[in-house]
Amino acid sequence: MSKLESKIPEGPLAEKWSKYKASMKLVSPLNKKKLSVIVVGTGIAGAPAAASLAELGYNVKVFCFQDTARRAHSVAAQGGINAAKNYKNDGDSVYRLFYDMIKGGDFRAREANVYRIAEVSNAIIDQFTAQGVPFAREYGGTLANRTFGGVQVSRTFYAQGQTGQQILLGGYSALKRQVALGKVTMYSRRQMLDLVIVDGKARGIITRNLVTGEIEKHSAHAVVLATGGYGTIYYLSTLAVNSNGSAAWQAYKKGAFFGNPSFVQIHPTSIPVLNDYQCKLTLMSESLRNDGRIWVPKEKGDKRDPNTIPDEERDYFLERRYPAFGNLVPRDVASRASKERCDAGYGVGKTGLAVYLDFRDAVKKQGEKTIKGKYGNLFDLYEKITGDIPYKTPMMIYPAGHYTMGGLWVDYNLMTTIPGLFAIGEANFSDHGANRLGASSLMQGAGDGYFILPYTMTNYLADEIATKIPLTDTPEFEEAAKSAKERLDKFLRINGKQTATSFHKRLGHIMWNNCGMSRNEEGLKKALVMIGDLKKEFWSDLKIPGKADELNQELEKASRVADFLELATLMVTDALNRKESCGAHFREESQTEGGEAQRIDSEYSYVAAWEYQGDDKEPKLHKEELKFENVEVKVRSYK
Amino acid sequence: MSKFFTSSIGQKFFMSITGLFLMMFLLVHLTINSLLLFGDGELFNIAANFMSSNPIMKIIEPILAIGFILHIFYASYITLKNMMARPEKYKVVNKTKASWASKNMYILGGLIFIFLVLHLINFFWKVKFGTVSTISYDGGQTELHDVYNLVAGIFKTWWWYDAIYMLGAAFLFFHLTHGFWSAFQTIGFDNEKWIGRLKTIAYIYATIVAGGFAFIPLFFMLKYAI
Amino acid sequence: MKIKLNIWKQENPKAKGKFEKFELDGVAEEMSFLEMLDSLNEKLIKEGQIPVAFEHDCREGICGSCGLYINGRPHGPGDEIGTCQLHMRAFKDGDTITIEPWRAKGFPVIRDLIVDRNAFDKIMAAGGFVSIDTGQAAEANSILVSKIAADKAFDAAACIGCGACVAACKNSSAMLFVAAKVSQLALLPQGKIEAKRRALNMIAKMDELGFGSCTNTGACEAECPKGISIDYIAMLNREYLCASFSEAE
Repeated sequence: MSKLESKIPEGPLAEKWSKYKASMKLVSPLNKKKLSVIVVGTGIAGAPAAASLAELGYNVKVFCFQDTARRAHSVAAQGGINAAKNYKNDGDSVYRLFYDMIKGGDFRAREANVYRIAEVSNAIIDQFTAQGVPFAREYGGTLANRTFGGVQVSRTFYAQGQTGQQILLGGYSALKRQVALGKVTMYSRRQMLDLVIVDGKARGIITRNLVTGEIEKHSAHAVVLATGGYGTIYYLSTLAVNSNGSAAWQAYKKGAFFGNPSFVQIHPTSIPVLNDYQCKLTLMSESLRNDGRIWVPKEKGDKRDPNTIPDEERDYFLERRYPAFGNLVPRDVASRASKERCDAGYGVGKTGLAVYLDFRDAVKKQGEKTIKGKYGNLFDLYEKITGDIPYKTPMMIYPAGHYTMGGLWVDYNLMTTIPGLFAIGEANFSDHGANRLGASSLMQGAGDGYFILPYTMTNYLADEIATKIPLTDTPEFEEAAKSAKERLDKFLRINGKQTATSFHKRLGHIMWNNCGMSRNEEGLKKALVMIGDLKKEFWSDLKIPGKADELNQELEKASRVADFLELATLMVTDALNRKESCGAHFREESQTEGGEAQRIDSEYSYVAAWEYQGDDKEPKLHKEELKFENVEVKVRSYK
Repeated sequence: MSKFFTSSIGQKFFMSITGLFLMMFLLVHLTINSLLLFGDGELFNIAANFMSSNPIMKIIEPILAIGFILHIFYASYITLKNMMARPEKYKVVNKTKASWASKNMYILGGLIFIFLVLHLINFFWKVKFGTVSTISYDGGQTELHDVYNLVAGIFKTWWWYDAIYMLGAAFLFFHLTHGFWSAFQTIGFDNEKWIGRLKTIAYIYATIVAGGFAFIPLFFMLKYAI
Repeated sequence: MKIKLNIWKQENPKAKGKFEKFELDGVAEEMSFLEMLDSLNEKLIKEGQIPVAFEHDCREGICGSCGLYINGRPHGPGDEIGTCQLHMRAFKDGDTITIEPWRAKGFPVIRDLIVDRNAFDKIMAAGGFVSIDTGQAAEANSILVSKIAADKAFDAAACIGCGACVAACKNSSAMLFVAAKVSQLALLPQGKIEAKRRALNMIAKMDELGFGSCTNTGACEAECPKGISIDYIAMLNREYLCASFSEAE
């Protein structure tokens, strides 16, 4: 299994997927009834996947840790979902969407996969519309579009600022329909603890019932992980507090390769940390930068009321550094510039880790009413959280961890290196390369779930029709259940003094400072040592109250933090390995004279897929070379 | 359709329909009663006797009674079921903004019911089965119940009856402020435009009806006190 | 500031619960309500006590996980917010805050402040969908939808399924929740086709699960974090009555 086989079909880019569908293996309806699939996660990838597989006739078991499938964190996506409909007659096409994603990803994504997601994008909009998703519309009754993420066409479909919620509920409703029809069995309040492999194939999972604490064994012919990203490794991020990387991590430890773990997108405009108890950062839409001006005082530690600081004593650093794009530079550039100012001591607010996003000039020029029309709900949201009124006082913002481009390595079938284990949505490394474009995460998740996995899964299951549903009283299941239980007991036995949260917080600090917006060799090496020490401390001084056989939120946390402590090491290892800067991965050693990211295509034009070798062993690096046959590899510049 | 009668919306539907019916009755009742204010009772007595002897009214009377009974029965049943929907109560009393009347409809209804019983004993019973003096306005050709005298007698003799009747009107006022627009909401008549209008109309209606009924004892009190 | 807390503690669904008193010092105004509870829990764990179990996830008012009955109001003092959007600046030094779980027959307590809202899932499974399989959809613009209908459907669809409507209602009625979904789908041509069946089935399920009936107090609307109007309840009534009088069973 040392060689990575991406299994990309032969032929011209635009025909690969059609050809695949035309030549794939099929399963007869009678046989589908005998086959079962486990789907873990019910977000914008998992819910559609489960519903679609059930519609085909497979028996589907669905798991989520929330009390209901509708709460998966896709619900919080704000901006929109892309599709190459070209409704605006502005020159959009499947190829254009594909090209934007490849370029936006800084040429670190696989051409064939990206093209395919662009190809299915239109069907996703059709599907959601048919499900009754109330997308924004024009007066004529057609669907509305808006521009997003600095691309040159208007291809983003949206439902106010709650696109994620609306389309997730579309997928959730399809899922509920299958539950009612008896084709889907729903297991909510379950935490996946381990993956079970029988004869080299993924055959089931071990879960903990979060209400009773019972350890459960579930088997199926194939397992799908739709468990999202691991951005909460930073402790503070724009993600939901309980989002985690544990399922993917368990899969990695069972042999699935992990692709580009260090690629994490940092969003520039989040509400900054307000106090020590905070465990979550709230995103403020990127659109605010259209009218807001970002600045810090020219003098270090200037604690004056921002409104009393005259213009000549303000440093509008984005406008200064990037005169051409000003405040509208891409996410990664804006984030790094803010961090640079704060690190240099010019940051504002109580913590010094914030910059101003000022609407004074916009209000003066356009009037409060116009600004209210554009950003009213965002200003209200900001006021709810901070108590400040952005019409009068500049907003304070700071970058925050947002989306992980990295994830489980998958081939063209969305299958990991473990046969029968699939990864979809943010959980896989797939389509975004080193940086994700706005409004394309929902597209990728839903596309994987609705229109790609049902095909590739059938292709896989065609060879499984002779396999009976695996029993769960086999040694493999018993062993996995036993070790999962032992691990939980171990957390309880430590009986130290520090809480799981406090370890998570400290890990977050280490990762944010050394493996966040910008990275360097010294910091990364230091981080490796610090993570190692923290891990030791965790396993000797953790305090978990209560018991294992009851609802125990601290135990849930501990299990996640333990996984994060291991995943952190892999992230840092990957970041250390990639000595170039690309997309969101900024290595300080690899920058131009002007401080911009410097890609090194000759050495790093590959996907880093890491193979687990044992707890205290260095993971093994496999490289999937990236070939660009349909686009010209260019340098991104914003000066 | 069979499920309709047992469904929560179906039961509410009957509350609404009977409520609307009773509200129409109240208007008729008030119209007749308002004749008490004019003249020395002739108008009122003629109207009252017409209402009690008219064959159509003979049919409507039991329907009205059924309307009351259904309204009360469904109210009791729904209230009981709704109470069972929260077996464990909150410790802190709910502070959610909602009109006082809407939260106390059953209690208001109960108080109105007590009043209604008293009211029936006072008048309906006496006219129907009791002894009410008669009066003739056409030189003895037809004898009419002198209901005016009965009303005036009660209101001028015992001041606390006046108080009770005014209090009854007050209960009715609150019951109607919610009941009126709520009935329309339940039959699905409301929408974003009409919800506001109906709430306003509800207050106007409640004020006219309750105010009208309250004014009558007041009128007699003033009339005979001076 | 210093806050006194009076919190419902219940070990498991079958256990008998009771209120327990806590005191918390050093509460900052800019803390969110849930961050205040986080810090209480950190303190409790360090003291060797069992922390208070409460549900939360996105902490930005959209996932619908959190839901606490605070001083007599679902989601606490403030309008159109989830519990996670409530901040401690709404309280004063020395205040006593009583925190209870949602109380309804349809929402049994699982532990402390966590209730089981699975009933909502069941209601949704009874009809809160459009019966369309993946791949059957027509081109999205082939069915035009008026902007007014789409916007109105959106306002209803904003429901986050938190259950505050049930918690606020004196009858523990789930009508606003059901109304939001029935209306959303009845307003759109895509959902109109099975609107009658949907209304009948969702109401039947709601009744079966032990929620009370709507007496139009408007408490649900007042506490809904998304400000969903009771206009939609009228629409649901309309849909239901039309369906009852016309649909053969």
